[in-house]
Parts: sequence; structure tokens; C-alpha cells
Amino acid sequence: MATLEQATTPDEMEEATQRIEEAKPGILRRLWGGLSIVFASKIAVVGLAIVLFWVIVAIFAPLFTPYGPLEQDWKAPNQGPSASHILGTDELGRDLWSRLIYGARVVLVLMPITENFWIPGGTAIWGVIVALIVGATLGLIGGYYGGWIDEIIMRLLDAMMAVPIILLYMIIMAALGASAVNVVIAITIVGTPGIARLVRSLTLDIRTREYIRAAETRGENPWHIMFFEILPNARGPIIIDAMLRVGYAIFAMGTLGFLGLGIPPPSPDWGSMVAKGREFILQGSPWAALWPSIAIASLVVGLNLLADGLREESMRYQ
Amino acid sequence: MQETRTATNNVVLDVDNVQINYETRKGDVEAIQGVSFKVREGETVGLVGESGCGKSTIAFGIVNFLGPNGKIMEGSIRFQGDELVGRSEEELKKLRGDRISMVFQDPMQALNPSVRLGEQLAEVLTCHKDISHEEAWQKSIDMLKRVNMPDVENVMTRYSHQISGGQQQRVVIAMAMLNNPALIIMDEPTTALDVTVEAAVLDLLEELKNDFNAANIFITHNLGVVARVSDYLCVMYAGQMVESGPLVEIFRDPRHPYTMGLLACVPRLGDSKLESLLHPIRGRVPPPAERSKTECIFAPRCEYVTEDCRKARPGFEQITSDHVARCIYAAEIKDRAHTKKRKKAPEEQVVTEIPQEDLLSFEHLKVYYPQESNSVISLFGMGEKKYVKAVDDVSVRVAKGRTLGVVGESGCGKSSLVKGLIGLEPVTDGEVQFMGIDTTKPVTERDTKLIKEMQMVFQNPDSTLNPSFTVGSQIARPIRRFKTAPRNQVKEEVVKLLKAVRLPPTFYDRLPRQLSGGEKQRVGIARALASRPDLIICDEPVSALDVSVQAAVINLLLEIQQVFGSSMIFIAHDLSVVRFFSDDIAVMYLGQIVEVGPADAIYEPPYHPYTEALLSAVPIPDPDVEQKEIRLSGNVPSALDPPSGCRFHTRCPRRHELLPDEGKICEKEPPPWQDSQRGHRILCHIPIEELAKIDPVVHKADP
Repeated sequence: MATLEQATTPDEMEEATQRIEEAKPGILRRLWGGLSIVFASKIAVVGLAIVLFWVIVAIFAPLFTPYGPLEQDWKAPNQGPSASHILGTDELGRDLWSRLIYGARVVLVLMPITENFWIPGGTAIWGVIVALIVGATLGLIGGYYGGWIDEIIMRLLDAMMAVPIILLYMIIMAALGASAVNVVIAITIVGTPGIARLVRSLTLDIRTREYIRAAETRGENPWHIMFFEILPNARGPIIIDAMLRVGYAIFAMGTLGFLGLGIPPPSPDWGSMVAKGREFILQGSPWAALWPSIAIASLVVGLNLLADGLREESMRYQ
Repeated sequence: MQETRTATNNVVLDVDNVQINYETRKGDVEAIQGVSFKVREGETVGLVGESGCGKSTIAFGIVNFLGPNGKIMEGSIRFQGDELVGRSEEELKKLRGDRISMVFQDPMQALNPSVRLGEQLAEVLTCHKDISHEEAWQKSIDMLKRVNMPDVENVMTRYSHQISGGQQQRVVIAMAMLNNPALIIMDEPTTALDVTVEAAVLDLLEELKNDFNAANIFITHNLGVVARVSDYLCVMYAGQMVESGPLVEIFRDPRHPYTMGLLACVPRLGDSKLESLLHPIRGRVPPPAERSKTECIFAPRCEYVTEDCRKARPGFEQITSDHVARCIYAAEIKDRAHTKKRKKAPEEQVVTEIPQEDLLSFEHLKVYYPQESNSVISLFGMGEKKYVKAVDDVSVRVAKGRTLGVVGESGCGKSSLVKGLIGLEPVTDGEVQFMGIDTTKPVTERDTKLIKEMQMVFQNPDSTLNPSFTVGSQIARPIRRFKTAPRNQVKEEVVKLLKAVRLPPTFYDRLPRQLSGGEKQRVGIARALASRPDLIICDEPVSALDVSVQAAVINLLLEIQQVFGSSMIFIAHDLSVVRFFSDDIAVMYLGQIVEVGPADAIYEPPYHPYTEALLSAVPIPDPDVEQKEIRLSGNVPSALDPPSGCRFHTRCPRRHELLPDEGKICEKEPPPWQDSQRGHRILCHIPIEELAKIDPVVHKADP
């Protein structure tokens, strides 16, 4: 490395070249480099473990339970944990553990478009992805062009932010009707202003860099500059923000389900499980409400820990 | 400055064989090793070296500001006879700001922006001495007067952002002098300042040194600056002191190969690419973890290296009573043959005097930025519009295959000129002809063929490359975009370009963060070359690089110009570098070109008074050169409301003596262009015959 500046003889050049070959990182090493940031922080490891637990049980749900989520055993309603039903049953005798992990599926792994057509990627995940696409595009346009375009976009988004989130969710869901697709739309609408603000502020910084000027002097298309020159350099904060937003989305899904505006029954949904179960808390069987509450809390906490740990480590890394 | 070092002066600071380590996750790292020097009363010791050589670590070590992970491992630091190593934080706190004071690089950060300057100054006194606030206030006023601050009473009640950078640094210096300290440590105090301001601050430091008789340590990377202020020099390399001795002796007779290399790699003011060549030092300063403990630390970059150098770390060789060098061949280094090949000097260049075809010409170019007014009326678009006249009526030509250098202080419109040319800022008025095509349109409306012919090299190596993409894909992008090579040969073309900028093909897959500053700048040059432009615009391409790397990049640009035959516009604030690199030079002041002509003519009389002042401010790394002292008063006026008549009249040092009626005409009428020989033109009221009678600024004394 040191000899490269003025490597005059072919020998020296070759020697220097070789050293670079050795230093060149493979894909595996780069992946490991990314993971090592996670492992450097204890907080992030705990968060990752919680999130991975839910992802794995959700993906392999049929392997973790002998019962289906809709299977009723009306001889044993509202039971506490036992050997046959490890977390107990609800008022219709459905296995809670089974409903819990099938519920995680809807959140994290599969999204029902219609009753028979499911696409990969959970409802919360899709909500955040669509919000990211819309929010990042608006933020890039506002931040890069500036001027009155920026004013219009940001003022409109500010107006949206002024409406309380719960109210916004309820209005959207009441207008559109309860379905997984509409939950995604609601999450998108609610998440977009925040993401747009974040991306805009990052864009304002990055667009002053000289490589952006270099692209401009090449006469590059503004879309190329926004999506290929600016966006990749904003990815760190965006990824961390997206993790937090998945947490918020899960929370929002729980809220909507609880209010009866989420994914319609009988599909296993954590929010609606809590809503149904709460009627029986005072009758001596709190289990049906307890477990989905813990599930929501643990997953959101896990995602927050992961995001916090990553942010801290990546800042130290710089 | 050149008086001999007398042993009678008291030694204020005695640093003896100090080693400083930093604890890191990978274990201790040696930052400083084997540093010894003495500072006497009324004497300035200069510490020079490239970045990462440990200059600042020494300064911080003296007052133990090393942070939680730094510690002094061995050696002693004696201040006025008392040992400082191992003193408690409390005791050191009493010394700092009282007996030892420091001046840092960025005055903006040294001053508290939310406290009035007077309060900050007075606090220094009331904190250490038992005196009343009124007395401290009065003393602060006296000290500000002492550092030639205009309008002192007013400045005392202002905040730091309300005064200019040069004045801020004066306040910081005043603050450092207030308690009449025995030792002042200055860490790059002038690096952030413009050349004319820097010259005035250096004059002030020289004056204060004589008056206050304090011992000074002056840290800088700039050999020219150190030549102006120091009596004694310590050259640092990779944490070691490699050579120390009286300033004049080191400049005349350097004995360590690193010192010799440093002196050979900066152009002297007046050097030109036609008659001399810069010799870069190969490689770069190794990071602390990679420094060898068993061989000479400079061996990997040394041109005289032999097997003996790799056997042990060399000790100091005595050359004269005061002059030591850490090289086993110090005594005979001048006579030794190079063990590594130097790049051979290029063949004689034939200078063609035939006037060449114009590639680019500006006529009356104007770039104005509208200034938002804060009044309510302007909200409705009815207020009077104000403009920042960044470039105002500039006309200049660039011939094919030649280089135009543009110089001037910051804020004079160099960058706006270039932005207007390349189409990043809208041109307000005027004509720009490039290869006979009108190019006043913004870049988005230009034809691809035109865009391709004009490319840019940028200043900051850390932001010139997109950190997310590999070097190869970034160079390939313009090739694909302008279709300079067929689709399937893009990679070959990239490798060719990498070779042209002397980087191995394996750089193709590397990311920018794996590259050093000089390497990044080379990739930036390769990217600009990829479209085979006729005109390359270099916006301060070397000012952010270390001197040894700077020389390599300048040589590369010269070579590329010969091979590709491109014209260049070279913007820089370093007049020596511009002189070295350019064929023609335009001097800009406040949005206007005040002097333009062939490079050698600019640096000889007749001068425009502004050029003369700029030249006399350039720090020259040679104590034998005598330079006129012309210092400009005041600051560059605002471009929002430039002075009437000649824009330079508010600061012009010549108009009073050379024009009748004390130069009243300069305040009323804009000056005319006057022609000298060979296309050399000056924008001034003073008759050219008068200007021609002025002595040259730089005068080489007989050694």
C-alpha cells in the first residue's frame, strides 16, 4: 500500500498489486463485517435473539404446534397452561400457542391478499417497505430540488403529521375497510412523513458533496443522482429507522386489531386476540389476553434494542 | 530571525527523549518516540512534518491534554526547571492559560460563540490572577491594541461571529498573551486563514516574540510559514524527530533524506514547470500500528536506503553542535548515490510561442446570486432585489493545450466563475464560447457532446468519490454515459485509465474508504479523464493533500496534459503552485479579474497592486529569500455592495503614493485595462510605466 504512490519499477507495482489482492474482501467477509457490528453490541445481540425467535417460530409454525390456529376444542375452553396446550386455550378452546405463532406469521412472514392468496413478507414488513419507497422518494425530491417543490411536499407532510396517529389510523381503516392490504396502506400513509423528513435531511447533507457535483457536471439525469448517487449513501440511518418503524407497525397492527379494524377474524391476529381475551380476564382466565400482549411487547422491544444497538455501534465505527 | 542561538538565554522548556503511547483496542500504539528539544526565551521552535507525524501529540503531551487513552511512557518534560510528567491535573490546570498558553488552528472553535469577546478575554486574567474585573477589562483592551486590532472598545462587546477570521485569530493570540506566559504553543495557527491575513498574523507573532520574550513552539505542515517565524526547527516523521537544528542550517544543508524530500517537493515561488520538476516522496506516512520498531522508520520511503538501514533504528548523528539528524549516513548524505531510481526528468519541452487557437473565451461574464431580502414587501416580490455579484464582468481566454491558473483570496469568485462555466450556476449575463459553441446554458440543457468535453477535478479527496461504489464502477460511469468506449470494452478502458493515473488495475474492485487521500484524488482525475475532455477544470486539486503527495499529483496532472493534450483551468490559492503549473494566470479580486497574462509576466513587475500584495504575502520555504512586506488592511468587502470605482481602492496600498490627488479617481471611476507586453493586462488607474518601476517582490539574497 505504502509504495503505490510512486511505484516506479514493474516489480514494485506487482508487489503492491499483490498486497491489494490479499486485502480484497470477499462477499462473505463483508457480510461478516456487517454482522460483527451487531455482535459488538450486547443490546443488539439481545434484540436480534428476540426478533430471530419470532421470525423462526413464524416461518416454521406448523412444526412447532400440533394444532391449527382455527382448530376448536370446545370441551376445553379458557384453560390455563397445561401439557397438552402449553399456553392454554381461548374461549372457543383454540390453542393459544398455535394462534400466537400463526399470528406472528401474518405480522412477519406472510401477508394475506385474499383469503386464499398469500404473499411472502409480513403485513408489518410490507407496510414499512411501501412507506419507505414513498417516503424516500418524496424526501429525495424535496431535499434535492429544494425551493417551492420542497415547500409544497414538506408542508403537506407536516399537515399529515399534525393529525394524531391513532385518529389517522382509525379514519383510514374506517374509510377503507378492514383487510391486510388496507392495513399496509394505513401504515404507509402514517409512516411516510417521518421517513420523508429523515431522507430529506440526509439528502440536504449529501447533495453538497463533491461526487454529486461530479455527477451534475456529467449532466446526469436527476433521478439517477437521487437514487444512485444520494440514496445508497443514506442507507445506514434509513435501515436503522426502518427497524424502529417495523416495531411501530406491529404496534399499530395490534391497536387496529384490538379496535376491530385490523385483519378480520377468524384469522389469528394478536390485537383481536387481546380484545376477545380481555372479557375473560376477571373471570379467572387472563391467558388469552396475556400472551398476545407479551408477544407484541417483546417483538417491539426486540426491534428497538436491535436498532439502538446498531445505531450506537455504527456511530462508534465511524 | 537569523541571530545565533546563544546559550545565555534561559531554557524554558526542555523535552527529553519523550515517548507517548495511545491505548487502543489492539493494544498500545506508539505515537511519539524519541523526541528531544529545548525552547529558550524569545525563541521560536518550529515543529514540521506531514499529517499523522505526531506534531500535535507533542503539543498536547506538554500540557497533558492527551485524553483518557494517551500516556507519557518515558522521558521528561521540564518547564522552567520543574518536571511536568507525573504532575497532577490540578497543578497542570494552574499552569495552563497562565504560564503556558496555546493557540489552535480554528479560531472559530477556540472562542465561545455565546460569550462576548471582552468577557472571554477578561476571564483569562480573573481566573488566574487576583485582580478586579475592571482592571482585567482594561488590560484586555490594551492587549487587543497590542495585537493591532482596529476599533478595540467595540470589539470587546461583540461576539466571535461578528468579526472576521483573521481578527478572531488575533483575539485568540491576545488571549494567549494576556498572562504574559513563559511558553506559547501554537498549533497550525494560520492554516485556516487566507494568505494575506496569514502574512499579517505571522508578522504579529514575530513582533510579539521580540516584545514579550516568551518561548514559542510553532507547529505547522507548511515549510514556508515555518521559514518565516522559526529560529530553530524540528522535523517530525511518523512520531520520531528525524532532524533538528537552527532553521537556516536545515534549509541550507538538510541532512535527513526526509527533510531533503520535503524541501524538494514544494515549488518555490517563481518556479515553473518548464525549468524544474517536483520530486515527490514515494508512499505515505505509515499509520502508527504499521511502524517498524527494528529498522529506520523512513526506510520504506527513503531514496538512499541500504541494508544497513534495516538493521536497527538509527540514533542521532551530530552534524554541528546544534544540528542532529536521525540517519546513519547523515554526515555524507549529499555524496551518496540514490539506491532507488528517481523518476527521470522529462525531455526538454519545446515552448511554442505561436498564438494558438482559443478553446474557450468569456466575454463580460456575470454570475449573480439573488439575495433574499427579509422585508415583508419582498415576500410579494415587490421589494428591491439585491444581488451578490460573485463574478462581475469577466473576460478571459484559454488557448488549446494551455493551462489558465486562477488565483485570489477566498470569496473572490473563483469557484463561481467555474460553476458558471460548467453550467452548475446560471449565467446572469455575458458570452461564453467553447470551441465556437455558446455555453451559457445550464448543464441540464446542454448537449451531451458538449458536456463530455468539460470535466472537473475536485478539491476534497474525501468527498470526491461516492463511498458506496467501487472505484471501477465510478470510472466506468462516464465511459458508459458518453460512450467513449464500446460496451464490451468498458472494463479495459477503466484499467487503461487507472494505469494513466499510476494506479494498479486491482483498484478496480476497491471502495473509496480503502484508499489514501492521494489515491482518491488520482481516481478523481481518472474519472474526469474518462470522457476524454478537451478542458479539465481543477478546483484546488492539491490543497487538501500532504506536501509530498501534492507533488506527485501535480506531476501526474502535468503528464496527463502532455499525453492527452487537454487544456486546463487550475484554481488554487497557493501562488507557488499556480505559478508552477500554469501557462497563463488570471488574478481575481471581488468578482473581477484585475490582472491577466503569461505566468512569468504576472510574477514580475509591472504588478497590479493587489498581485503585488498577494506575492509579498506568500510564505517562501527559503530563509535566504528576501521578500517585500506589503500588508493589506481590512477585509475583502462584501460582494453584495462592492466599492465604487476600482473595487480594490479600499485596500490599495499604492494609489496614495502613485496617483495625483491621493488617488481620488480610484473611488469614482472604474479603472481601465492597460496592456503590457505579450498579452499581459492590468486593470488599474496607475499608469503602467509607474507600475513597471516597482521593485520585484521576491529578491534572492546572495548566500
